[in-house]
Amino acid sequence: MITRSVAIGVPLLAAILFPLVVDNAYLVSVAVTAYVTAIAVYGLDILLGYTGQLSLAHAGFFGVGGYAVGILTSDYGLSFWSALPLALALTALLGHLIGLAALRTRHDYFAIFTLAVGVMIVIVIERWESLTGGTDGLIGIPAPTSIGPLSFASLNAQYYLVLAFLVLTIYVVWALMHSLVGRTFLAVRNSEELARAVGIDTGRTHQLSFVISATLAALGGALYATFLGSIGPDVGDVPMTFNMLVYLMIGGVASLPGPLVGTILIMGLMQALTAFQEYSMMILGPILVLVVIFFPQGLAGQGRVLANKVLGRSGDA
Amino acid sequence: MTLFLQQLVNGVALGSVYALVALGLTLVYGVLKVPNFAHGALYMMAAYVVYVALTAVEAPYVVAIAAAIVAIGVLGGAMELVVFRHLEGKTPVHMMIAALGVLFFLEGTADVVWGPDFRPVPTPLDGVVSAFGVNITEQRILVIVAAVATMVGLYTLLKRTLVGMSIEALAQDREGALLVGIDTKRVALLTFAISGVLAAIAGSLIAPLVLVFPLMGAVVILKAFVIVILGGMGSVPGAIIGGYLLAIAETMAGTYVAFAFSELIAFALLVLVLVFRPTGLFTKGT
Repeated sequence: MITRSVAIGVPLLAAILFPLVVDNAYLVSVAVTAYVTAIAVYGLDILLGYTGQLSLAHAGFFGVGGYAVGILTSDYGLSFWSALPLALALTALLGHLIGLAALRTRHDYFAIFTLAVGVMIVIVIERWESLTGGTDGLIGIPAPTSIGPLSFASLNAQYYLVLAFLVLTIYVVWALMHSLVGRTFLAVRNSEELARAVGIDTGRTHQLSFVISATLAALGGALYATFLGSIGPDVGDVPMTFNMLVYLMIGGVASLPGPLVGTILIMGLMQALTAFQEYSMMILGPILVLVVIFFPQGLAGQGRVLANKVLGRSGDA
Repeated sequence: MTLFLQQLVNGVALGSVYALVALGLTLVYGVLKVPNFAHGALYMMAAYVVYVALTAVEAPYVVAIAAAIVAIGVLGGAMELVVFRHLEGKTPVHMMIAALGVLFFLEGTADVVWGPDFRPVPTPLDGVVSAFGVNITEQRILVIVAAVATMVGLYTLLKRTLVGMSIEALAQDREGALLVGIDTKRVALLTFAISGVLAAIAGSLIAPLVLVFPLMGAVVILKAFVIVILGGMGSVPGAIIGGYLLAIAETMAGTYVAFAFSELIAFALLVLVLVFRPTGLFTKGT
């Protein structure tokens, strides 16, 4: 119980103090970008970690969420607070429709199918210039409007808002995984046939997992577009999905801290080592291979193994 | 009619390249169940080998092709030895993620070595042959002839030699193959090397017709996956027929409908096939 409060309290306190301690607008905005990306990576984990399917259209949904909020706020004059639920509902609907077709396949076929979907989403964003601004993207997306006395004009206020959404996301994922639905996800991942045998509607489980995953991607994208004030088609492109996959695999699939740890660590390293940016793919590629071969559970999984060892030994003594 | 014939020839030339790339992909999938995302990077690397051989070294085109075949064949084998050998028994999704890692590495390497620019490759065969009002560049003729020769060679290798038969045995039943004394590790290595050679032939044939850049494999590999799914994962005839069909459909759509439409054809086909016949068009239904 104490370990749990420490495990939650310390990082949370660090996150709350971060903008006050560093007092550096650039670093705070890097953290904001990392948090919104982490929200989307949690979405990827719902699918890959908990139901065992890899969607390569994930960044596409991130892009759709971002563009939806951007268009609704800047072109239709909606406030962020009414645009966000609309954007999420829209992406969930799109995810549902794509899922109906995509989930006729599994595993590698599913990944290839969603890869094609991801490419198509980017083509549509680039070609539908009247709506999306084409390759130039959307600019001038307004910051969230104030709620009563809470204003989100300053960077720090935006940081805390994104942090709140991140905490909410982690809580939702935690609650989901400790619910019957979450157990159903794991049952389907471990053996679809066995799950079906005990009466689980595996098709609906996959569908639900896909829609939740797409919606979390859209939430990340919507926050990204709002806090950067602009969005371009690159954000929804397949290489972005690959980045998210790297964060997730290194952080650790199917673990609550995994997506956050991986995203912050790798994005942080990228920022720290800008001199090596040119070599980033050359370095990340082999790391990804090593993770898959030797540490398929990622850093979080290794941490758990380590913690069990330490705690187990102290228990013996 | 002339336009139709002209485009048909262009489609067949493009289809030859698609089919070669798809063959390497389907071979590795059929034999080792590895959905090799890095296969397009082998094709890209081959194009760079030809680029370097023709520009920096000023070697004859034949030598450039031979260099690409050797280098990329070795690279393909190395991929198996270093990465995929250690993933036996893992899920297809794990193999796919590892393949993405290899893809990042190769694309990143090309980007560091040659930069992100699009580079033109000199055209060694710049003559044009005219027949029935159709103009065909000699390079396109070479693409078609060499691709067909490669396919015949591959077929002979798979059906008539001991090596080929052990590859087929592995595709049918890995444990069974091991049981009758086939060195499955060596065959796996060889299969990857052959797939590298196929990618190398495709990449070195196409290089003089296109611009070479680090991400040139990304588009082609996506199409190759579509072809392989169309033809059925692991099916050699499926990859060949699928490659020509897709390329001809694309060229015709680009000519008679709109260019923008041609790049969507592959994806539209993919969606249709996966929805209505997920096991591919040329496999027996399960």
